[in-house]
Order: sequence, then structure tokens, then C-alpha cells
Amino acid sequence: MVIWSVIGIMAGMSDTTSSLGLAPLSLFFILLGGALGGLLRYWMTAWVSSRMGDAFPWGTLLVNVSGACLIGMVAAWVLPDGLGGGQVNVWAWLVVGGLGSYTTVSSFSLQTLILLRGKRPLRALFNVLLSVFLCLGAAALAYSVMRYLLERGSP
Amino acid sequence: MRDRYRIWLAVALGSGLGAVSRHLVAVAAFSVLGPTFAWGTLAVNLVGSWLIGIYAALTEPGGALVVGPAMRQFVLAGFCGGFTTFSVFSLEALIWLQQGRPGLAGAYVIGSVILWITAVWTGYAQGMWINDRQTRSG
Repeated sequence: MVIWSVIGIMAGMSDTTSSLGLAPLSLFFILLGGALGGLLRYWMTAWVSSRMGDAFPWGTLLVNVSGACLIGMVAAWVLPDGLGGGQVNVWAWLVVGGLGSYTTVSSFSLQTLILLRGKRPLRALFNVLLSVFLCLGAAALAYSVMRYLLERGSP
Repeated sequence: MRDRYRIWLAVALGSGLGAVSRHLVAVAAFSVLGPTFAWGTLAVNLVGSWLIGIYAALTEPGGALVVGPAMRQFVLAGFCGGFTTFSVFSLEALIWLQQGRPGLAGAYVIGSVILWITAVWTGYAQGMWINDRQTRSG
């Protein structure tokens, strides 16, 4: 179990395998994944706000919760055994680039501030609590389900 | 129609650059401060929240900075969005919970949220202050 070094893996400094680090190929994958993830977030939030309106930032919430769910799944697949072989590049473009960029804290913060400034403290609080609990819950649930499926698949 | 594609391109480019910058901050934080805490993620989310606050205020209608919609989204939805991350933040908290360190996970989550909101509020207030000065002197 090298799960303890997850911060290192996230920073691309895993000591178990060749690291993401500053390798040009890794940076290229992160750039590519980041561009796609950001675009997907932009489309998703625009689509949600066109249907649900702008009274509450449902789009950002949906993006962050779905991104947390996906990162939980990928983490369950990759982290328990450490990053091996081709997983380094998958981690670079999909997790650090794609999901990292797809989800956002800055929009969440700005939208919470807008709710506060608009004299909507309850909506602001609701946004914070919903975001934190749903994201953590989604990541945890996705991680557990994926672990279960993987362990059942390879006895 | 062409404006729309320009904005998409700006968001993609900004997000990609934001993601690479986030990774560089994470690598630097890990090299200098070690693996004991998620300093990199905390730093990018804090700085990204401050940046989106000040830039949103400065580029508001009547603000001190006049920019086109593509440039505005390059920074807001693009760079700030790609630089900050809620998914990695969630995963870090989850990992600490799984390691049996609920105190660390709880402090990280609560501390982060307080810092983000304080940062965006500070940035926004600074931006409005600059707007105000510009209006008075102009």
C-alpha cells in the first residue's frame, strides 16, 4: 500500500515508479486534459444555467460533484497499487489535467460571494454545505464501489 | 457565432495553462514542504479564489479594466477554473479519512472553505476599491 504517498502522486513525485514530475510529455498531457476539462466545465455550466437559471449555481455544483465521483473511481483503480506503467500518463491527462480542470474552486467561491453580497446568506451556506458533503460523499462512494468491483473482478 | 468559438478557445487555452500551473505549484510545494500536507492544492485554490474575485470586479461593466468577453473568460472560466480544483481537494480529504485521520481531513475541509471565501471576498473588495479610485480620479 503506497496510499500514503498520494500527495506525492498528485504532485507527480511518486517514488514508486517513474514520476510525472516535470517530464515534457506529462506537462503536454496535463495541458491537453486541462483544456478539455475546462471546456467541458464551461459547456456544462452554461447548459445547466440555461435550464435552471442563475438564482443558484447548480451548474458548478453538478460539475464538482460529478468530477469528485470520477476522481474517486480513478483513484480506486490506480492508487492502491501505485502508479504503474501507462497509468502515469492516464493520471496526468485524466486526473491532474482533465478532472482537476473540470472541477473548480474559484467559480464556487465567486458564486458563494455573489450570493452573500446579494443578501442570500442561506443560499450561500446551502451552496457550501451541499458542495462539500456531496463532493466528499460522491468521491467516497465511487471509490468504494470501484474497489468492490475491481476486487470481485480479480479474485 | 464566431465570438462563441473565440470564447471556447479562450476557455480551453486558459484552463490548460491553469492546469499546468497548478501542477507546477504542486510539484514545487511537494519538493519544498514534503508529503505531510496538501500545501499545493491549498495554495492554488486560495490564489485562484483571490484572482477570480479581483478580476471579476475589475472587469465588471464600468470597472477599471475594459476587456472583451473572450479575454474575460480566458481568465475567469479558463485560467482560474483550471488552476483551482475541487476534485483533487475532495480526494485528498477522502484519503486522510481512509487513513484514520479525520481531524486532519476535517481541518483541511473547514479551513479551506474559510480561506477560499475570505480570499475571494478580499480580491473582490480590492478590485472594487481600484474601480472606485479610477472613477473618482477619471
